[in-house]
Amino acid sequence: MNDELAIRARGLSKDFGHLRAVDHLDLDVPRASIYGFLGPNGSGKSTTIRMLCGLLTPTEGSADVMGFRVPEQSKELKPKIGYMTQRFSLFGDMTVTENLEFIAEIYSVPFAERAPRIEELLEKYDLAEQRKQFAGTMSGGQRQRLGLACAVLHHPELLLLDEPTSAVDPQSRRDFWANLFRLAEGGTTILVSTHYMDEAERCHKLAILDHGVKVADGAPQELQRNTGMHVIEVLADDPYHAQAAISSLPVVASVTQLGVRLRVLIPESVADALDRIEKALREYKVTARTHIADATLEDVFVAVTLNPEQRAA
Amino acid sequence: MKSLSRLMAVTRKEVRQLRRDRLTFAMIFGMPMMQILLFGYAINTDVRNLRTAVADEANTHLSREFVAQLGETQVADIRQRVNSPAELEQLLRAGEISLGVAIPPDFDRRVIDGNRSAVHILVDGSDPTVLGVANQLRNMPVNFDSNRRDKELSAVEVRPYYNPERRTPVNIVPGLMGVILTMTMMIFTAAAIVREREHGNLELLINTPVTSVELMTGKILPYIAIGMVQLALILTIGDLLFDVPVRGRVLDLYVAASLFIAANLALGLFVSTMVSTQFQAMQATFFLMMPSILLSGFMFPFDGMPVAAQYLGEALPITHFIRLTRGIMLREASLGDMPFALIYLGSFALVAMTAAALRFSKRLD
Repeated sequence: MNDELAIRARGLSKDFGHLRAVDHLDLDVPRASIYGFLGPNGSGKSTTIRMLCGLLTPTEGSADVMGFRVPEQSKELKPKIGYMTQRFSLFGDMTVTENLEFIAEIYSVPFAERAPRIEELLEKYDLAEQRKQFAGTMSGGQRQRLGLACAVLHHPELLLLDEPTSAVDPQSRRDFWANLFRLAEGGTTILVSTHYMDEAERCHKLAILDHGVKVADGAPQELQRNTGMHVIEVLADDPYHAQAAISSLPVVASVTQLGVRLRVLIPESVADALDRIEKALREYKVTARTHIADATLEDVFVAVTLNPEQRAA
Repeated sequence: MKSLSRLMAVTRKEVRQLRRDRLTFAMIFGMPMMQILLFGYAINTDVRNLRTAVADEANTHLSREFVAQLGETQVADIRQRVNSPAELEQLLRAGEISLGVAIPPDFDRRVIDGNRSAVHILVDGSDPTVLGVANQLRNMPVNFDSNRRDKELSAVEVRPYYNPERRTPVNIVPGLMGVILTMTMMIFTAAAIVREREHGNLELLINTPVTSVELMTGKILPYIAIGMVQLALILTIGDLLFDVPVRGRVLDLYVAASLFIAANLALGLFVSTMVSTQFQAMQATFFLMMPSILLSGFMFPFDGMPVAAQYLGEALPITHFIRLTRGIMLREASLGDMPFALIYLGSFALVAMTAAALRFSKRLD
C-alpha cells in the first residue's frame, strides 16, 4: 500500500445492464491534492465516485481508498470520507443549524466539540446569517456552502464532490474553489468532478473521462503541453468560408469556431501543418491570418475525445 | 453507545420534520377522530325504520290491526299506502322503499286457514343487511286473539353476551382501533424511506456511518409514540361518546397495541424498501389495507369466510390484534388468555423488521 496515494484503483469497471458506464479505469490520486474528473454528462464521473465510496459495487476491478478496500471495507471507510452529492441532499425542512447538528450527531462528533465546530463552519462558509433559515429556502450558492460545511464537519481525510458547482453563479464558484484550496492545504484529499474547463484547470491533477474510459490524465499544464496536436489559430473576416476551406483538408482533426477565430487541431505527425492551412485558405480565396497557438485545456479535451480515426487522420 | 446516539439523532430529526409537516400532524389526530365519529354515528348494523309501503287489499279489521302492529315494531316505517302489489314492485324497483307489504283480499281466510301465508313481504334483496332484518318479521304472529300473541315460547333462547343492547359502537370500536392504527402506521412509514430517496437525502445518509438498523429503528420510534396517542384518543372518544367499555386491564391493551404498532411499522418500512416513489408507497398501502379491513373479522365474521380467506386473515397482524382488543375490552380477558395472538404479533414485527433492514442495503445498486 502506497502511503502517498489516497486512492489507487485498477481496472475499475461498472456495467448497468448492457451499458458499460465505466471501463477499466486506473486511478492514482495523491494525498492532499485536488484531483479533477473532467468529462461530459454520462462519461462515468458520478459512477466512479459512487464506486469509490462504496455506494456502487464494481463489476470488475478493485480500489484502495484511504487504505481501505472498497466495497468490502466501505463501512470502515465511511467516517473517513465526506461526500457531497450532485443534487442538494440536506433536509429542506430543517434549518441550517439543525442540519449541521444532525450531521454532527450522525458522525458522533463529541458533544463538547459540536457547538464550537458548527460555529466555526458557519463563520468559515459565510452561513452565520442564515443559521435559522430553512435549507430548502436558500439560494443555490448558500445550499452549496451548506453542503460543503456538512461534508467537512467531521474532518474527513477524503472529500468526494460530485459536480458541486453545477447550480451556482460564477462568484460562488470562485469562493467555493478558494475553500477547496484551503482544505487541500490543510491535508484533505479532494476528488471533484466537473464539466467546466476553468475548474478543471485549477486542479492539481486531472483525468479526462469519455464514455467511461479515461482518455488522458496528468497535471493540466502537462496535458496542455502533450496534446499530440498542432494548435493553429485562424483569424478570418469570413470564418464560415474559412472553416469550409480548412475542413477540406483530410489532415485536420477538428475545427472549432470562437467568434471570428477558428481553432484548428492537426496531428503533430503532420510536419507542414501551417503551410497546408494557408494553402487551403488561398485556394478558397479567403483572407485570414494564421499563427501557432498554445493548447488550452479545451483543446486538450477536444483532442483526446476525438474518435481514433480522426486522431490518426 | 455511538450507535444509540446515531439512532437518537435520526429520531430527533424525524420528530422535527414531523412537527413542521402540519398536514401530516393534523392527520395523526384527524384520522382517528373522523373514523370513530363516522363509524360510531353513521354506521349502525342494528337496522331500524326501513322505508315501507303497504298494499292492503283486504282492508279488514284484522289487516288494519296487523299493519298498525307492523309499524310498532320499529323495523318498518310505513310511508305509503298503495292499492296493488304491482305498485309495490314499482316502488321497490325505483328504490323508494326497502319493504313492500302485500296483504291479499282473502287475508282473514288465510289467517284462519293457517296453511298458506297470509302476508307477503317484498324485500329489497340488493342490500343484504335489509334482507337479514326483514327476516325478523317472519316471526310476527297474526292472530284473532290478541292476548295470545306474546305467549308463544321458543325452544331456543339467544342471550347476547358482552353487548346485550346490541349497540354497534361497542362492536366496532375495538376493531376500529386496529384499522386506524394499521392505516396511519403503514401510510407514515411506507413513505418514510421513499421520501428521503425522492428528496435525495438518502444518498447523503447512506454515505454516513449510520447503519440500516439504526436508520430504520430511529424512524420507527416516534411513530410508536404517535400510535399510543392515537390509541388513547380512540379509547377516550369511545368512552365519552359511545360508552364503549374497557372491561379488562387498560395496561394489557397498551401492551398488545405496542406489539401491533411495531408489526405495522415494520411492515410499512418493508413496503418502503420495495417501492421507489411516495405515490407507489400509497398504492401499496391501500393494497394491503383492503384485506386488513375485509378479512380481519372487523367487518365480517371470521367464521363465515372460506378456509383460504381465513388463512389469509390469520396472516394479517390486525386479525390477531382485533381478537386481543375485543377480548380485553369486551370479554374482560387478560393477555394470558390469548398468548398466541401476542406471540404472533411480536414475531411478525421481528421478521418484517429484519426483512426491511436486509432489503435496505446501504448501496445504490
